[in-house]
Amino acid sequence: MDFRLTKEETLFLQMIREFAQKEVKPLAAEIDEQERFPEETVRKMGEIGLMGIPVPVEYGGAGGTNQIYTMAVEEISKVCATTGVVLSAHTSLCIAPIMEHGTDEQKQKYLPKLASGQWLGAFGLTEPNAGTDAAGQQTTAVLDGDNYILNGTKIFITNAQYADVYIVMAMTDKSMGTRGISAFIVEKGMPGFTIGKKEKKMGIRGSATCELIFENCIVPKENLLGKEGKGFAIAMKTLDGGRIGIASQALGIAQGAIDETVKYTKERKQFGRSIAQFQNTQFQMADLKTKVEAARLLVRRAAAKKDSGEPYSVDAAMAKLFCAETAMEVTTKAVQFHGGYGYTREYPIERMMRDAKITEIYEGTSEVQRMVIAGAMFK
Amino acid sequence: MNIVVCIKQVPDTTEIKLDPVTGTMIREGVPSIMNPDDKSGLEMALELKDKYEANVTVITMGLPQADAILREAMAMGADRAILLTDRKLAGADTLATSNALAGALRTLDFDLLITGRQAIDGDTAQVGPQVAEHLGLPQVSYVENLEFDGAKFTLKKWLEDGYQIVEVESPCVITVLSSANEPRYMKVRGIMEAFKREVEVWGCDRIDVDESKLGLKGSPTRVFKSFTKGVKGSGELFEVSETEAVEIIVNKLKEKHII
Repeated sequence: MDFRLTKEETLFLQMIREFAQKEVKPLAAEIDEQERFPEETVRKMGEIGLMGIPVPVEYGGAGGTNQIYTMAVEEISKVCATTGVVLSAHTSLCIAPIMEHGTDEQKQKYLPKLASGQWLGAFGLTEPNAGTDAAGQQTTAVLDGDNYILNGTKIFITNAQYADVYIVMAMTDKSMGTRGISAFIVEKGMPGFTIGKKEKKMGIRGSATCELIFENCIVPKENLLGKEGKGFAIAMKTLDGGRIGIASQALGIAQGAIDETVKYTKERKQFGRSIAQFQNTQFQMADLKTKVEAARLLVRRAAAKKDSGEPYSVDAAMAKLFCAETAMEVTTKAVQFHGGYGYTREYPIERMMRDAKITEIYEGTSEVQRMVIAGAMFK
Repeated sequence: MNIVVCIKQVPDTTEIKLDPVTGTMIREGVPSIMNPDDKSGLEMALELKDKYEANVTVITMGLPQADAILREAMAMGADRAILLTDRKLAGADTLATSNALAGALRTLDFDLLITGRQAIDGDTAQVGPQVAEHLGLPQVSYVENLEFDGAKFTLKKWLEDGYQIVEVESPCVITVLSSANEPRYMKVRGIMEAFKREVEVWGCDRIDVDESKLGLKGSPTRVFKSFTKGVKGSGELFEVSETEAVEIIVNKLKEKHII
């Protein structure tokens, strides 16, 4: 068991920390306040290869590992959770299923543009009546000659109107239940595909979250991802990978809140000394730091298993569950340490608390993660 | 076009803290970085590569751990990396360092040699110009901008009170300021490949120079004394109008019998 970073990881952290400080952090408050999608940051991330970290070099990617990808999401989320989820949804939910289930033609067509950031990716599974119970899909896809005709609505879709490529789940055979679901690669501009209303959210407010509306949308049959009826399995596998991304996002938020709180409590003086000198501060912060380190090890292990091709579904669920709940606990206490100032938008800590909440909800709620973990224990 | 960039690994002086008791620099735990002026020199070379398909070689003289900045340079886009390291080079002052680098550069074919203006750990600004003298090449120091028309370089050279625009033909040596540009980030693919590529490790036997000019014995510099500058008082701060400010300054100067 080797807990040391590789040389590549060390050099990568040097780069990503500088990038996060110089390019991501200065925009974090503004994009939250204005609910503005950070297009300029996404372009910069594409230029240096951050939008295609685990994509093989032959498909225009960086040829990196999942471990390095998790470090990217963590470091970016430390300063801006919105930018973190843009990267995570693009990589884990759109690039990964094409890499894992796409034909060579599909990989050739989509991966180079996605990996360079020229195209942005998204994923559509959730529907008004099919959230955690993903099997309740009502979007349908009917084969008509050389095309599938899609009808239905997807909701809460990250990157929505800024994306160019979407992985969309739809029922091709209702009688088969989950085995009747298929996955499709849908492109922006396909006839009958429009973007619906934009959600107003509590946190990650710079990320675009909208409906996808399919009204007799024509999707060429070569855009079927994997085989007909394999959509549910593809979606579940994709979410396993996505959970490592969201775990990394939550981990980044938690670490970011620790960093801010250490800085603040050293500067803030009450009763003649810095509040960092009070044992209450020190003991609570020591506990939070210990939890964050434990969370990081769970993320590292899940990513290491994915990199080595071992099953990682339960590891990803544990990482996501623990990181998300740690992020919520750390940010809530961090606001408390900041007192009244922490409740204002003068400091980034209230934003971190608002951003943390979603990590307990999307890509499988904490309850779903417990179901996955317990399911493996009591099978 | 062949470009060689000399780079140096330095302690990150923005992270340095002083020992409150002895007043000396605490080097332990201070990260090592690529010297900022050198990094801008490398960026200038890489911009030429983007436009004219230049071949960029980076070279550093230092301890084996200087390998780190060469990998970083490769991840930014450098094509070839050379680490000049040898026990015989230990204790080198700027003259011995420039002799060693000149010895290595004599064995390389280049049209443009770029160095940073100065390193943040020594601030001498001597090595670049000395290398140019050893090699008998024209030099332009303190360069803030470079343009190339296919034959000659047009350089904007920074002076204390303005700029000079200088034209120079290759081969030549320039020393670059960190204000010249914003160095690019390493690319993720470059990072993944940097450790699969070779860093050439050169010893003194590989370079073209008289060994008596190297290391401690080739270093005429003798440090007479080193000390930490005393802490100045924090001064007085006045937030007043311009007229009042003039009056205050005049009175202060009179008080001290300066005027």
